[in-house]
Amino acid sequence: MQLTINGTSHEVDVEDDMPLLWVLRDELGLTGTKYGCGVAQCGACTVHMDGVAVRSCQVAAASADGADITTIEGLGTPASLHAVQEAWVENQVAQCGYCQSGQIMQAAALLDMNDAPSDEEIDIVMGGNLCRCGTYPRIRAAVHSAAAKIREA
Amino acid sequence: MGRLRTITRRSFLVGSVAIGGAVAFGTYRAFAPSENPNEENLASGSATFNPWVVIDSDKITLIATHADKGQGVQSAQAALIAEELDVELDQVEISFGVPSAAYANGGMGDAMAGIPLYEYNASVERTRGFVNGALRAVLPMMATGGSSAMPDVFDKLRNAGATARETLKLAASQVSGVPVDQLKTAKGAVILPDGSELSYTSLAGTAAEIEPVRFVQLRQPSEWRILGKSHGRTDMLPKCTGTLEYGIDFEIENMVHATVKTNPNKGAAMKSFDAAEARQMRGIQDVFEITNGVAVIANNTWRAIKAANTISFEWEKPSYPLEQAEHWKVLEEAIGKEEHLNAEAREVGDVETAEGTEVKGDYRSPYVAHAPLEPLTATILVTDDRVDIWTGHQVQQMVETVVAEISGVDAENVHLHNMFIGGSFGHRLEFDYIRQAAEIATKLKGTPVKLTYSREEDFAQDFPRHITIGRGIGKHKDGKVVSMNVDICGASVMASQMGRMGMNLPMPDTQLHEGAWDYPMLNLNNNRVRSFRVNNLAPTSSWRSVGAAPNVFIYDTMLDETIHAAGADPMLERIRLMGHGQSVKVLETAAEMCSWNGHKVGPNTGRGVAYGFSFGVPVATVVQVTNTPAGIKLDEVWVAADVGVVIDPNNLDNLATGGTVFGLGHAINCEITYADGVAQQENYYDHEAMRIWQCPPIHFKALENMEKVRGFGEPPVPPAAPALGNAIFAATGQRLREMPFNKFVDFV
Repeated sequence: MQLTINGTSHEVDVEDDMPLLWVLRDELGLTGTKYGCGVAQCGACTVHMDGVAVRSCQVAAASADGADITTIEGLGTPASLHAVQEAWVENQVAQCGYCQSGQIMQAAALLDMNDAPSDEEIDIVMGGNLCRCGTYPRIRAAVHSAAAKIREA
Repeated sequence: MGRLRTITRRSFLVGSVAIGGAVAFGTYRAFAPSENPNEENLASGSATFNPWVVIDSDKITLIATHADKGQGVQSAQAALIAEELDVELDQVEISFGVPSAAYANGGMGDAMAGIPLYEYNASVERTRGFVNGALRAVLPMMATGGSSAMPDVFDKLRNAGATARETLKLAASQVSGVPVDQLKTAKGAVILPDGSELSYTSLAGTAAEIEPVRFVQLRQPSEWRILGKSHGRTDMLPKCTGTLEYGIDFEIENMVHATVKTNPNKGAAMKSFDAAEARQMRGIQDVFEITNGVAVIANNTWRAIKAANTISFEWEKPSYPLEQAEHWKVLEEAIGKEEHLNAEAREVGDVETAEGTEVKGDYRSPYVAHAPLEPLTATILVTDDRVDIWTGHQVQQMVETVVAEISGVDAENVHLHNMFIGGSFGHRLEFDYIRQAAEIATKLKGTPVKLTYSREEDFAQDFPRHITIGRGIGKHKDGKVVSMNVDICGASVMASQMGRMGMNLPMPDTQLHEGAWDYPMLNLNNNRVRSFRVNNLAPTSSWRSVGAAPNVFIYDTMLDETIHAAGADPMLERIRLMGHGQSVKVLETAAEMCSWNGHKVGPNTGRGVAYGFSFGVPVATVVQVTNTPAGIKLDEVWVAADVGVVIDPNNLDNLATGGTVFGLGHAINCEITYADGVAQQENYYDHEAMRIWQCPPIHFKALENMEKVRGFGEPPVPPAAPALGNAIFAATGQRLREMPFNKFVDFV
């Protein structure tokens, strides 16, 4: 099947039900998207599918066929950060960092829809993203500062 | 200097023996600098000044060997070196280095000297110094744990940076002819009086020929450029761009993907398995038996996990009780019994005869999983004469020892490449996944294997925090607490961990009273803490803050109950009883931060304070909750702690918040329970801890009054749970004596 990841088209030969997560990680070597739970409980595998944040562990490869997928590698790069990544670095959010690809992808999708979210709106949208290190207060702060960057841009 | 230095040392050794015989040799050994593992394979023209600094013609490499599982210790180690070396953090590469006795942890002995860490004077420090020295001599082991990294490296790494800097100045003097005392250093270069610069990299070749300077006066904190200031973590940008390579991300050519399923009745054997279906599935290359279970080899992790889930098993039952209720019963029967006595850890006055009104409480702290978000994983290549293993681990040399035993390759030819770890909380102190990876790769000699646990396997095979019960009698008189008598009985976590390494625990398990025996109640005339030990429950392991988590919950809650019964103020009475200056200050700071005195909370709202002393750090935590129709809501939290020296205020704040969230979240809703020998919790949906919508604002203030620098990965955890329980009591009148609290109250 044909998958478009970060603007590049990839031909992959996998089972229809292989989760997009494992196509990304083990077939295409895009390891920025993380495996945490496999059952949509942690959000570490969050990517954008046609602009919507999805848990890639729950997206069958076949249903991603033809869709436009963005992963953390496509959101921004160390040399050219997305506003959310910039805010994450400025707020020094990460500890172990393993959940942060997913947190950042979820936050970017939130700010695409709402560039001035309240704490409550942040909590609702980010509620599916688990952080075992407990960086939640910084995630909230970073979403607010990313929102300000986006509004000013 | 690699080559030169080796030769110098050899001649010195020969010379010493020839001149003074064994005595001189012994003296030399005692004062010898550690072996420098960088000397092996050092390129010509490269300089390695000590085990922590390597400079060659195009880069400066700092070796930071403490494992980074999220606490930011790689950055902190680099900052300590860079401060004295006069380089900026963006000018260097940082490496986890190679396992070597040169990096043995010298910071763990403080806690093993049997003296509470709040006691500090010259004689006590001598004893600690002796214990640290003996530990290094007997067991020169690298380890990241016990919040010991900062005590271990604070002087060592600054000295490494300073001596390298002074050696580079000697090299610059040689090159320029300018006397050393006229040279300055900054930003990776030696600066000559005329303002021209000689970069460190350009001096590497010359420096390599100079015997490194050994002793340098370290700079005063007032002179620091990087330390003590928020310098930004070096791993932050890669972690925010998905470009940081964790162990689970490692790839190597021809690598196969493996997963395992082993007996969830921990430690028990596998009777039989049927993998007929698995073998037929797409991408499956092999299925074979390993110790207590099965390995599945595939060309993709998901295929391996999917196939493993089709295998049917017959398991042997474990040696521990099958049902959770039995586990509690074992502890209930052992507490207070002479034959289970682990230690009479604290005995002041006479708690039996002290006069006062009694308050009694029984407490429980459950098994809790580590469940770091990165599942256990290791990539390994075994050949006939060499093994390479890429994984994150906290006890680096032991990984090589364990792999050597299984692979049959000499330990000196086993090479651990330590990786960033996506959380540990103690799980990466364990060796099961290392053993399994080695077992699989030895069978598949010549093929690199990446072993990845499924989340379910990670939960099923975790060795959780040990279960603990407490039984306390507090007494109060005339509005004051006059006696605390606390018995603690737990499954021995130290015996369990050491048992898996083939060792016995030849002494009391100090984790069974840590945090309770050293709760500094210096003004309490009657105070007794006894610990009781059970060995044969389910296997357990160090869980962030280890014994202090259950013990501070038990001791502080008992204290809170007695204070309330006395009608005293929970903050003021703790301060009155404490008597340890820095701890008093920590409590006073927390009180000030939340305006404890005179603050009136609204209806159904309550505040609880708790104090915890662990790993040498006094911490005071205040939690405010409101009892709403939807359940208990966490409103706000204030934390004050004294770490002696703050290395990076911003990272310290992150650790304070994270540790508090960790303590609160698990106290609210996490436990591992056994049914028919198997852990009942399989994934995060039944062991969730805290989510962002439950997380209150958390305020933190750091103090620096303690005498020595301490680590902060663990200390914020223990007081969080009792502070929450005490707050819930203040808001509702309901006393919670057992975690997790959601068994008794609802949370928003």
